[in-house]
Amino acid sequence: MINNSKVFNVFVNLLLAALIAACIIPFWLLFVSSVTSESYLIQHGYSLMPKEFSLDAYKYLWEAKDSIGRAYLMSVVIAGIGVLANIVLTVLFAYPLSHKDLPGRGAISFFLFFTMLFNGGLVPTYLVYTNLINVKDTLAGMIVPYLLMNAFFVIIMRTYFTSSIPGEVLEAARIDGANEVQSLTRIVLPMSKPIIATIALMTLITYWNNWTNGIYFLTTRTDFYGIQNYLNDVMNKAAFLQSHMNGMINAKAVPNISVRMAIAVIAVLPLMIAYPFFQKYFVKGITLGSVKG
Amino acid sequence: MEKKTKVSAKRELTPSERSYQRLRRKRRFLRFLPLYIMLLPGAAYLIINNYLPMAGLLIAFKKINYSLGIFNSPWVGLKNFKYLFSNNDALIALRNTILYNLGFILFGNVLAIVVAIALDSAKNKYFKQVSQVVYLIPFLLSTVIVSYIVFAFLSPSNGFMNNTILPALGVADPIKWYNEAKYWPAILNIVFLWMSFGYSSILYYSAVISIDKSYYEAAVVDGASTWKQILHITLPGLKPTIITLVLLAIGRICYSDFGLFYQIPQHSGLLYSTTQTIDTFVYRALLELNDVGRSSAAGFLQSIFGFVLVFGANMLVNKLDKESALF
Repeated sequence: MINNSKVFNVFVNLLLAALIAACIIPFWLLFVSSVTSESYLIQHGYSLMPKEFSLDAYKYLWEAKDSIGRAYLMSVVIAGIGVLANIVLTVLFAYPLSHKDLPGRGAISFFLFFTMLFNGGLVPTYLVYTNLINVKDTLAGMIVPYLLMNAFFVIIMRTYFTSSIPGEVLEAARIDGANEVQSLTRIVLPMSKPIIATIALMTLITYWNNWTNGIYFLTTRTDFYGIQNYLNDVMNKAAFLQSHMNGMINAKAVPNISVRMAIAVIAVLPLMIAYPFFQKYFVKGITLGSVKG
Repeated sequence: MEKKTKVSAKRELTPSERSYQRLRRKRRFLRFLPLYIMLLPGAAYLIINNYLPMAGLLIAFKKINYSLGIFNSPWVGLKNFKYLFSNNDALIALRNTILYNLGFILFGNVLAIVVAIALDSAKNKYFKQVSQVVYLIPFLLSTVIVSYIVFAFLSPSNGFMNNTILPALGVADPIKWYNEAKYWPAILNIVFLWMSFGYSSILYYSAVISIDKSYYEAAVVDGASTWKQILHITLPGLKPTIITLVLLAIGRICYSDFGLFYQIPQHSGLLYSTTQTIDTFVYRALLELNDVGRSSAAGFLQSIFGFVLVFGANMLVNKLDKESALF
């Protein structure tokens, strides 16, 4: 675009700046509210201007560090196991499909691809995972359903294998007596680090942000809750308390209004700190569709 | 032809040749065997996670009795479907799902195109880069976190809206946001745009920057204004991308982001008339009301129509722009 109009230029810059503000102000609101004293918040509500600075909310969280810390740890364990298993499954499925001479390749590709077009939805999936294979109230319930393998990423990885790894290299390895496992681990994987990193990152974010498996499959074992389900739980208890002011839940068990914002800040913080470092891969990950061939 | 010659050649094989061919076949098998073994874990997962549930869609025609087991539960024909439509709940969920999706398609694409064009015409390189990085932050968050942020704005007693924005606008009475259904179509559209515009504008931006620069140069020589350039070069250049993204979104018009419609309204029952979608309906019927009949019937319709639409949309996209289609 060749833009010589001053008015247009001002408009463009204002728009982009306004959108930056729209993305950042909500976080600022969370942060400021979490470091404002409870009494000020009760009177004036959440506010963008830091007034009556107080770290009480964070002191409270420090005292509750066992439950929050545990939820964090669970999130790390779930995401760690999940990403590792996901990458192993994806590589193992994509590598054979990258062999153009594999007998039955077309049928296997269709078997994979069809899962992107048609799915059974929540009810049968829930019944499979609670009746046929019971993952209810186990750690596997957080890791296995829905998230362990993504057909789209398998196709992306297969395409990367076929397009970015020269056939001559694999041929040379075969002549030198390498078997398939050796070709995969010694040649293909080292050459596929960028795509593996991108898919691992996208999977990591998916696991880190997932809370639906928690509400589907964890009913009694809330000790398996990751940070997202922990946050969801706090919000539910607070909402319940609000609608049943003198209800059955012990009011002390529900953090007050500044603490709620402090929990949200703590939950977002690691992601925000890490974001600038993985930002490039993230952009690559979300535009992956366009490299599909 | 080739097969025939092979067969006829086989008859004339000498013993040594035959053993050589057996060895070759064995080698070929041994060569591919490790590859088939590699496929097994993923295939097992797809069967459990995807194919068993597809077959399980048939429970919509059964009356599930857990003591008999799923396989032995009796068939009941269309009873579950009659029951599903015995009141308006499912139709409201269907209406909401489709209307929200239409709103998201319209507003989402317009905003993304505007942002993409703005990113392209901004002059400061660093400002452009920072903008793109920041716009993706909301996309990175889980809907649970977003529900906290929305709550900070809409909390009836402490929220930023009721305490700061409404008084500043001269509205004296606080609004009970989580009790009044009429505000939620607007709220959910705004939240959706906030979460997703970074992603979709980057998709459009990559299409905008791939438009040949010489068109613009020629247009400027001819005295075209900025607006004329957008109208006659940029928008026509974006046409394939727009059509593709809209078609793919229409293919998913039966589906909704469960988190957006479940978390953001804080599952407030007073808001169901404008926040219930097929996905939250199925979830609530199954896990909160333990009503397998209605939820499986609704899920069945969603899966079948969803499949038809996804398939149809992809066929169309495939005709228009092969690169962007799923198949």
